[in-house]
Amino acid sequence: MTAPKLIRGYEVVIGLENHVQLSTASKIFSGSSTAFGAAPNTQASAVDLALPGTLPVLNRGAVERAIRFGLAVGAHIAPLSIFARKNYFYPDLPKGYQISQYEIPVVQGGKVRFFVGEQEKVINLTRAHLEEDAGKSLHEDYHGQSGIDLNRAGTPLLEIVSEPEMRSAEEACEYAKTLHALVMWLGLCDGNMQEGSFRCDVNVSVRKPGAPFGTRREIKNLNSFKFLIQAVHYEVNWQIDEIEDGRAIQQATVLFNPDTGETRAMRSKEDAADYRYFPDPDLPPLLIGADWIERVKAELPELPAVMAARFESQDGLLSQDAQMMTASLPVARYYEAARDACKAPKLVANWVMGEISRRLNAEEKEIDQAPVGPALLAALITRIQDGTISNNAARQVFESLWAGESDDVDALIEAKGLKQMSDSGELERILDEVLAANAKSVEEFRAGKDKAFNALVGQAMKATQGKANPGLVNELLKKKLTAV
Amino acid sequence: MALTLDDVSRIAHLARLDCPPAQAQALLGQLNGFFDIVETMRAVDTTGVQPLYTPLSSVQEVALRLREDVVTETNQREANQVSAPAVEDGLFLVPKVIE
Amino acid sequence: MSAHLFGVADGLKALADKKLSSLEWTNALLERVAAHEALGAFLHVDAAAARAAAAQADTRRAAGNSAALLGVPLAHKDIFVTTAHPTTAGSKILKDYRSPFDATVVARLNAAGTFSLGKLNCDEFAMGSANENSAYAKVHNPWDATRIPGGSSGGSAAAVAARLLPASTGTDTGGSIRQPASFTGITGIKPTYGRCSRYGMIAFASSLDQAGPLARSAEDCALLLSAMSGFDERDATSLQQPPQDFHAQMLKARDGASAARPLAGLRIGLPKEFFPAALDADVNSAVRAGLAELEKLGATLVEVSLPRTELAIPVYYIIAPAEASSNLSRFDGVRYGHRCEDPKDLLDLYKRTRSEGFGPEVQRRILIGSYVLSHGYYDAYYLQAQKLRRMIADDFQQAFTQCDLIAGPVAPTVAWKLGEQGDDPVKAYLADIFTLPGSLAGLPGMSVPVGSGAHGMPVGLQLLGNYFQEGQLLHAAHALQRATDWHRATPKGF
Repeated sequence: MTAPKLIRGYEVVIGLENHVQLSTASKIFSGSSTAFGAAPNTQASAVDLALPGTLPVLNRGAVERAIRFGLAVGAHIAPLSIFARKNYFYPDLPKGYQISQYEIPVVQGGKVRFFVGEQEKVINLTRAHLEEDAGKSLHEDYHGQSGIDLNRAGTPLLEIVSEPEMRSAEEACEYAKTLHALVMWLGLCDGNMQEGSFRCDVNVSVRKPGAPFGTRREIKNLNSFKFLIQAVHYEVNWQIDEIEDGRAIQQATVLFNPDTGETRAMRSKEDAADYRYFPDPDLPPLLIGADWIERVKAELPELPAVMAARFESQDGLLSQDAQMMTASLPVARYYEAARDACKAPKLVANWVMGEISRRLNAEEKEIDQAPVGPALLAALITRIQDGTISNNAARQVFESLWAGESDDVDALIEAKGLKQMSDSGELERILDEVLAANAKSVEEFRAGKDKAFNALVGQAMKATQGKANPGLVNELLKKKLTAV
Repeated sequence: MALTLDDVSRIAHLARLDCPPAQAQALLGQLNGFFDIVETMRAVDTTGVQPLYTPLSSVQEVALRLREDVVTETNQREANQVSAPAVEDGLFLVPKVIE
Repeated sequence: MSAHLFGVADGLKALADKKLSSLEWTNALLERVAAHEALGAFLHVDAAAARAAAAQADTRRAAGNSAALLGVPLAHKDIFVTTAHPTTAGSKILKDYRSPFDATVVARLNAAGTFSLGKLNCDEFAMGSANENSAYAKVHNPWDATRIPGGSSGGSAAAVAARLLPASTGTDTGGSIRQPASFTGITGIKPTYGRCSRYGMIAFASSLDQAGPLARSAEDCALLLSAMSGFDERDATSLQQPPQDFHAQMLKARDGASAARPLAGLRIGLPKEFFPAALDADVNSAVRAGLAELEKLGATLVEVSLPRTELAIPVYYIIAPAEASSNLSRFDGVRYGHRCEDPKDLLDLYKRTRSEGFGPEVQRRILIGSYVLSHGYYDAYYLQAQKLRRMIADDFQQAFTQCDLIAGPVAPTVAWKLGEQGDDPVKAYLADIFTLPGSLAGLPGMSVPVGSGAHGMPVGLQLLGNYFQEGQLLHAAHALQRATDWHRATPKGF
């Protein structure tokens, strides 16, 4: 176990709370739609607006997703959990309280595994619980007033709380990324961070190694991994500066300003946050039976870690490559489909990580939107494997496939005249010519200079305008050189 | 458990109620009078007793009933905003929210 | 017979026999409502709409429509939200509020064929035992205008007692149907918790609130309760049982009963804690007279004990305000209701709006509630109260092993004079001692008139049943009312 890296002599202690918007069609306690982007307050029903006399009714889909998450991280699913009211006043909180879970959450414990570089880390989760999202206050000024939109009020959230076991911004980032990928993998959340589907609150404190935990400050509502790293770095240095200047850290909630790169304590200092939690009398206890858990377990997709292990052992992929092939469920499905079609797992992985990834990133597309589907990729790879074309030639064909010029691999090979020369007879003849024309290299090779071999290969490729099958050239050249 | 004026002031703020000093004193008297009758309750031994959050759970297991994940509400903005004190462009207006 | 004297059952019969039309009935009532405005029973009346609804009911009846309560005029406590009238909950904070939906109880009664003359006065947010806490007007007891009608359903009770309505809806959290029914000499029932939907009932204390009817007979109550009650998917605490015909249950003869002894085999438990030395002698007399009649009808009286009866007061007055303090947070001037003028910032908006909008009793209870939930006090107060609540509920189950129904007074006294409680809210709390235990346990309970006590004021007999036993309660009450005529007594001048 490596010692945590220190920053200016201080150990950094980080815990994360992630708010994940669940992908249900309707809200957690009302039948309103959760679709993003509707006109203000057109998806805010009487219940969402907390009109007098309204009551909450819990959405089964939200509970099902919580169970799915809990099973995926190996947590305990509470057979009985309680919804509690968290009381505070804010214009985006219509009831004047948020329905959440306090003493007895639905998911307890669990672990998340990820890599930071080559180092594997396991972070324990404290809990995950269901709660409702608040509305939004719009930034536009209405003659000195704020406008409140309650469309988002009541959207189901799963709040996932980690133990404060992370020791660097990078660890926190990788944890968040892993969690983000996992909730999308499980179909719990669309993962759209710009739209606020996945939000990070980061608790940060510092201490001298061996000292007790320092006072933490909470950086709220980070919605990008880049900002997460920036915010944590700034906050850590700020806290260290304060301590070194002899000031104690006050517990506070802070916001990160992406424009300035700074964190700043919020103006509304929560009165020591007395939320007066008590079990919501409108909602009897949530009971989850073993049979429901079994059903969800049976429908759980194979988890990324398990799938990656399978790709390593069955397909022979390297650990890191297996990780990449299980970065998301769509990528994994793409990989498997292509692999099954051409039976060349390593080549498929290389192409996905290389040519496909590069283009998807540049065009800001997801793999489901790739112009070259798994079947087409497999067809191309088959032609590499059977020697029809070289890797280089394949790239040219791929370019055309991606651009949508054609979806017929063979036709493209023909049109571009990329067929490799694999006729041994013809090749032998040309090689004999090359050897004859490059006596010096032959001598150098015989004298022990391996580099000379490459030069001969180069000459052979030149002589065939690059069309010779490199593998065959290698093989035949070797034969000729050692035979004589 | 006697309350103080500070308690009254703190709780009034939590509950977002005004409590001018004159009123606070009278209120304090009434609240302390109330808490006198409550003291009898605190001394009772309730070891091992589960709280009764919903009445019928004293005789049967009461489980939270769930609803299917279906959109059942349509846009009722106009009707829902008919008693709103201040609305513009469909938004509820409040004094500026400063973070 | 003058139309205003009809109750629900006999009114329906008269409508069916074509001896009465709904419009005639309604007109007679509207006249009286206008004549007795000084009672303060109504907060809002819409005569034109009532007449139109009555006429429509008559048309439907003529066309063969047979809805169970077709053409019965009534009115709703202003705790139920209605689309047809404004809803204020007796508070300034909801002045002129118009709900876009009807409370489920209201919708069910509408579906059964009733219609409402308007909204009935009540204590603000149902917090009170005298209807002196309404922000709009005090309600007067028809038996003596200088006295309170009881609360919080004071308007509902006064209107029925004064024969302004055959029946009304009310709500009962700590006794707010039973006590005003007792003080005004009418019949009321608070059903089992969860029997009636709370959707559209402005919440006071969510784990205690229940809707129920007030009328001049157990039979009328049974008819109304059948229509009002039933599972509602929009209320997660709603009882998941098939629709109940409480009228049929009320009529069903007991095993071993005879015409002369319809209550043979019925064991009625009298908790000794409900008959303390401090109980007013006149109340005790009237209650004993009622019990004697029940014995004549075949019931057996047995002594039982509800040892934690006194604790019900602090337990209730911790739990109810706690829940209320949270339920009332939504009244903040943002989305509906009163908003203070020119709020200078958010804090000012909240504080001034709420302080202007809520009356002193409501503010007091919000403060108590916030305090007992606050950090450091939760365990000692709220949690402790909920544990004691279970013990109180268990005490009832223990008692029900020895009896079928529990009986006793509704209140320790008859209705007191307006203004008598003065500045001491605690005194009023103490008077709730007999109704609070049943509320905390969520049990069904009735008040049935048993004559008068001091100053000629009515006294009610409380009957409490075990969970789901409304039928048994109504059956006993009905038997009593067939054999006696206390429930027919009319206040002088009405």
